[in-house]
Amino acid sequence: MRYAMAVDTKKCVGCSDCVVACQTENDVPIGYCRDWVVETMDGTYPQLEVELRSERCNHCANSPCVRCCPTGASHFAEGGIVLVTHNKCIGCGACIASCPYDARYPHPKGYVDKCTFCHHRVKEGMKPACVAVCPTKCMYFGDLEDPNSDVSVILKKRKSKTLIPEAGTQPQLYFLI
Amino acid sequence: MATRRQFIRISAMGAGAVMAGAAGFRLLGSEFTDGQKATAAVLATRTPTYCEVCFWKCAGWVWKDDEGNIKKITGNKEDQHSNGRFCPRGTGGPGMYYDEDRLKVPLIRVEERGKQVFREASWEEALDHIAGKMKEIIEKNGPESLALLNHGSGGKYFTDLMKSLGSENYAQPSFAQCRGPRDVGFSATFGENPGSPENTDIRDTRCLVLIGSHIGENMHNGQVQEMSDAIDKGATIITVDPRFSTAAGKSKYWLPIKPATDIALLLAWIHEIIYNDYYDKKYVEKYCYGFDELKEHVRNFTPEWAYGITTINPVVIRETAREMADASPAVIVHPGRHVTWYGDDTQRTRAVAILNALLGSWGRRGGFYRQEGKTVPSYPHPEYPKPQKSWREWYPGKYNLADLGVANVIIDASIPAPEKDAMIKGWLVSGTNLPLTVPNTAHTIEAMQNLDLLVVVDTMPMEITGWADVVLPECTYLERYDSLRDSPHRKPALALRVPAVEPKYDSKPAYWIARELAQRLGKGEYFHFEKPEELLDWQLKQMGSSLDEMQKAGVKTWDREVDDLYFGEGEDIAFWTNTGKIELYSTALENEGFSPLPVYTPHPEPPEGFYRLIYGRAPMHTFSRTSNNPNLFDLMDENTLWVNPRVAREWGLTAGQYIHLKNQDGIETDFPIKVRITERIRWDSVYMVHGFGHADKKLTRTYGRGANDTKLITSVMMDPVMGGTGMRGNFVTFITDLERKEVTS
Repeated sequence: MRYAMAVDTKKCVGCSDCVVACQTENDVPIGYCRDWVVETMDGTYPQLEVELRSERCNHCANSPCVRCCPTGASHFAEGGIVLVTHNKCIGCGACIASCPYDARYPHPKGYVDKCTFCHHRVKEGMKPACVAVCPTKCMYFGDLEDPNSDVSVILKKRKSKTLIPEAGTQPQLYFLI
Repeated sequence: MATRRQFIRISAMGAGAVMAGAAGFRLLGSEFTDGQKATAAVLATRTPTYCEVCFWKCAGWVWKDDEGNIKKITGNKEDQHSNGRFCPRGTGGPGMYYDEDRLKVPLIRVEERGKQVFREASWEEALDHIAGKMKEIIEKNGPESLALLNHGSGGKYFTDLMKSLGSENYAQPSFAQCRGPRDVGFSATFGENPGSPENTDIRDTRCLVLIGSHIGENMHNGQVQEMSDAIDKGATIITVDPRFSTAAGKSKYWLPIKPATDIALLLAWIHEIIYNDYYDKKYVEKYCYGFDELKEHVRNFTPEWAYGITTINPVVIRETAREMADASPAVIVHPGRHVTWYGDDTQRTRAVAILNALLGSWGRRGGFYRQEGKTVPSYPHPEYPKPQKSWREWYPGKYNLADLGVANVIIDASIPAPEKDAMIKGWLVSGTNLPLTVPNTAHTIEAMQNLDLLVVVDTMPMEITGWADVVLPECTYLERYDSLRDSPHRKPALALRVPAVEPKYDSKPAYWIARELAQRLGKGEYFHFEKPEELLDWQLKQMGSSLDEMQKAGVKTWDREVDDLYFGEGEDIAFWTNTGKIELYSTALENEGFSPLPVYTPHPEPPEGFYRLIYGRAPMHTFSRTSNNPNLFDLMDENTLWVNPRVAREWGLTAGQYIHLKNQDGIETDFPIKVRITERIRWDSVYMVHGFGHADKKLTRTYGRGANDTKLITSVMMDPVMGGTGMRGNFVTFITDLERKEVTS
């Protein structure tokens, strides 16, 4: 099993619904977030291109954060989801420094927090909160090893990219372009 | 480390550890060794609601933990407005409930109006006080001198109160400050307007034309969802906007039009479609009235003619006309929603309607579908007293085509004129923050200063509450029942709102407030039921359902009575116009003395050193009402001023710099706004998101953040047809020396 997510930049409108849905789903304190929206723009008026995308932890297959964690709090769960066991985390921040995507933040309660792909929902057969809420239905989630999963199907059909592939972390968050 | 997170994000740049009441973080037990136990698995109860954060009214579920705290709100899958997906504002709805700045107890003003000095009062005292004043006004000037200005669900009950007293002075700024011209323009053409949600069949369209309508930034949920479906299906999107909007970024064509020239472009498109025989001949012949007059009217409006006015390349005008024709009838020239721009807005939306008629899209798949709704029965009550006069008499003979109240006329009628006393003496304001909604704030303040009574009902302290004689704290939509949502859609449906929690503080639902006032004014018989749920149950039983059934389902959808979502092949249709046809040539406008066919008129242009002020929406906020919501403030905490790099160079502006703005009448912003230098805006215009720059200190989060566009809108271009306030004819210049400005209020 290999969980992955694809975000369709052609449909994302950058509304940040994924951000607030994650916050309310996961009790992320106000002022912090596990996912966020990025806008990039190319060109000069009037020849312009804007890309909008919802970003989060890339749940890398070769995760520097898991490797560098001194306590084993950062670990792989089922399907390659990278999780942090809060009560094992000492908040040293090594993982934050190691992450090329800046996906982790220090929770005010002293541990490091990040996207879990809504592991608690996925276990119950539900989609992550961001995927379930998105009004543009621009996010696809599922098991890459299942050829019929939403994410496998869309990645076969569409051209995609990952962010900072040169970091060699084997990210599992894909962007449809 | 935090720097990159902060640098790249356009959202969730919250102010670090600002904690709000909403957090309520529960300690995680050691049994959750993943450390990832979150709300979904522990949430015990859900109650149905429909959202009140905007007017789309999506139906959903409010989820509570086992201690009864509201944790999250999600969409109801059976709901046609949301299809189970809430937008960011709806998802952030808990912030409306948890906002610690909420109005908490009734307040009675103790010093002069606007000084914001109040004392706390009991409901008993506040309501007695209001009823006493209302009685005085009624005795002296008649019930017709009372008016209601409202927005949202609570307004219904106060409208009933006005009707029971014998006043028809009720208006929502959502008409004359927003979609009114479109409703009137479409009614004049098709005999009906697009409604809310609009009857746009975007999911099946092959070509979507957006004229200043920024779907995706205006988060009209169903439309955003369907636009995404249309993108998936390869539909062509054509966006006409002086700004490269989010929608423009999804478009095959972006037409960066010179502001205020849209009618010229529309006329050129009509010309192209008629003179190239692109129009739907069978449809036009069977259903339309006045084609020959229209054809003659647009004879000279060629793309080359329009080029000189709009700056849009004639080749692009031709190509886009062809794209529309190729998709016809599965094409939508979108009616828009906020369309009060230049005072000729009814005529512009008429041109939009005419274009749709020529393309045969009204009543066709991928164009505009026919809506069907449920009619909710009213509980029998004595007939309403007939008002002797209304706001319509303030300007005799004017705005006859306005089919709803015109808020700005009610405001005008509250100020004594040289030859006559003010008609309106008392206002009830519910759920609308007039100083940040209606242009020309000074005029609104003058009206308020002339009133004998100003009562404001709201959930939050707002600029308007500062002017009130009595402030009544309403509970949020999460704490009350409201009337059934019966908006027509593809299928008739009802949605129910029930309280998820008890009202916080000493706040009360609108139904209770209206009923208490009615009883004090001897009109109790119009509010038969003590509790709104009793009325809901009675109504639902009349329609073959029950409160019990609806509480479990939240939404009930019926099949259409007949299968007529689209016009049948060759179907005979009587349109609700004077001629019974789709009026390309409007007899209704002609009868009122207006041009029966749309005409392009040049509008004022920015003077040297000034830029046209364009404003719009952000997907995470609704007008000025959500900017203090802790969840939504976290997503966007101020507006920015979009400035073209050329203009920035000329003025020496740098990205992120804070500046003040001054308009053509010398009106300046209260607070500075951050500059965003971007190629996404024309050099003759600047842009900001509406709803920021709050000057009420009681809004502790949003006070002083960003600029208030409404304050800068002092030049109003009136729509002579229906009284709409055109707001895009204002020009601003920059004040870069912040020292010169003292932050006031």
